[in-house]
Amino acid sequence: MTDAPLLKVRDISKSYGARIGCRNVSFDLWPGEVLAVVGESGSGKTTLLNCLATRLMPTSGSVEYRMRDGTMRDLARMSEAERRFLMRTDWGFVHQNPADGLRMAVSAGANVGERLMAVGERHYGNIRETAGDWLGRVEISADRIDDQPRAFSGGMRQRLQIARNLVTSPRLVFMDEPTGGLDVSVQARLLDLLRGLVQDLGLSAIVVTHDLAVARLLSHRMMVMKDGLVIEQGLTDRVLDDPREAYTQLLVSSILQV
Amino acid sequence: MPTPLVVSEVAKSFTMHLRDGLRLPVVSNVAFSVKAGECVVLGGPSGIGKSSLLKMVYGNYAVDSGQILIEHEGRVVDLAGADPRTILAVRRATLGYVSQFLRTVPRVAAVDVVAEPLLARGVAPAEARDAAEAMLDRLNLPRELWQLPPATFSGGEQQRVNIARGFITDHRILLLDEPTASLDATNRAVVVAMIAEKKAAGVALLGIFHDEDVRAKVADRIVDVSAFSPRKAA
Repeated sequence: MTDAPLLKVRDISKSYGARIGCRNVSFDLWPGEVLAVVGESGSGKTTLLNCLATRLMPTSGSVEYRMRDGTMRDLARMSEAERRFLMRTDWGFVHQNPADGLRMAVSAGANVGERLMAVGERHYGNIRETAGDWLGRVEISADRIDDQPRAFSGGMRQRLQIARNLVTSPRLVFMDEPTGGLDVSVQARLLDLLRGLVQDLGLSAIVVTHDLAVARLLSHRMMVMKDGLVIEQGLTDRVLDDPREAYTQLLVSSILQV
Repeated sequence: MPTPLVVSEVAKSFTMHLRDGLRLPVVSNVAFSVKAGECVVLGGPSGIGKSSLLKMVYGNYAVDSGQILIEHEGRVVDLAGADPRTILAVRRATLGYVSQFLRTVPRVAAVDVVAEPLLARGVAPAEARDAAEAMLDRLNLPRELWQLPPATFSGGEQQRVNIARGFITDHRILLLDEPTASLDATNRAVVVAMIAEKKAAGVALLGIFHDEDVRAKVADRIVDVSAFSPRKAA
C-alpha cells in the first residue's frame, strides 16, 4: 500500500429536486482497498456510486482522483473527453445487469478487445490473444470467443462484463450489485473469482450491494447508508460483528442463517 | 522482555437498539499485558466476556474506552482508536487470530485457505503452498481433503484448517479462541506442541482454553475476566 489515497470524496450530496439521493458523504479510498456500500433499496448507494464514477453530477461536494502520474485531479473540473478516457482505461464499471455494460450484438472477444483498442492496442492477433486469455481467467471457454453475449447465460454475461472491465488493468473498479440476480452457485463462483482478481491485481474497488455476505467476503471496509446518509462505517468485520447503529443492527440481525 | 500487547482501562458495552436501547455492560477497567514468549489464558465462567475481549483485541469489536497497545513494526499502535487500514496492516504483519469457527469461502480449497495469510504477506505461491501442506500434514488432516473447500468438513477438520491458517505465519502476537475445543487427544497434543514452539520463538499468546489439561500445559498465567465483569457481584 502506498501512502496516498486514490480517491478523496468530500461532502458529496445529490438531490433530485426536493428528493435527496445522498447527503454529505466523505471518505478516502486507498490503493488496494475494497469498500462495500450497503443499505436497502432507495438508501442512496447507487446514487453515490454514480456520482463518484461521474455518471451523475453531484449537487455539491468534490471527488478527487489520483492519476497515474501522482497528481490529484478534481473530477468535476476535467473535460468530458478526459473523463471518458478515464472511464475507458483506468476505471471499470460493473453493472448489475450485464446488458448495460456489454455490447450484446458483438462477439465476446470483441467486447473485451474494444477496451484494449481504447488504450491504443491495434494488433489484431495480440488483441485476440489477450481477449482469449481474459475469457479463460473468468472461466469462459475459448471456443465461445466468437459468440455474442446474448447467447450466454446470466452468470457468463456477468463474467464477460468483468473481463471487459479488467482487461485494461484499471486501478479502480465500481461495481453495482455485481452478484444481484444470479443464482447462488453462480454467485459463489463469481465472488470467488472477483476476490481472487482483486487480490492478484491489487485493485481498489467500491462495491454497492444489499447482500452483507457479499460485503463480508469482498470488502475491507464498509459504509452503511440509510435515507441518503452514511450512518455507520468501519472495518467490515467490526461493522458486521459489532454493529453500533440501530439500523445496522436490524440489517445484521435480518440475515438468514443456513 | 518486550511486551508486545498491553490492554489498559478498556471498557465495553453493547447497546441493543432492537431491544429498546437495552445496554449490556460487558467489561470495564480491563488491564493486563502479554510478554513475548508468554501464553496468557483468559479465565472465568462462560458468558463472562472472554471471547468478547479477544475480539476487542483483534478489532472485531469496538471498545467504548481504553487502549489496546500493540507493538507493530517497531512502533506502538493503539488498536482501540486505529482506522481500518491500520488494523488490517497490523493483522497482516503482527496480530494473528485462530477463531472458534472457520468462516469458509465458497470454492476455495483447504490448502489455499491455509496458505492465504502467507500470500497476503508476499510469500511466493509455491512456497506458501508447501508450508500450508506441511501444516495440514502435521495436524493429521487427511491428504484427500486438502484440495476440497472446507465447507463440508467435520467440526474437528474445520478447526484444524483454522489452526493451520493461524499458526502458519510468524506473527508476534497470536490470539486463540478455544483452538482445541473439537479435537481428539492426538491433535490436541499437536496443538499443545505448536503453542510451545511459538512460545520458544518469542510469540506473545493470548487464549481461551476450557480444556483443563490443555490449559495446564500451555498457560504461564491466568487472567480472571470475572474481575472485569459487572456481573462479578451477582
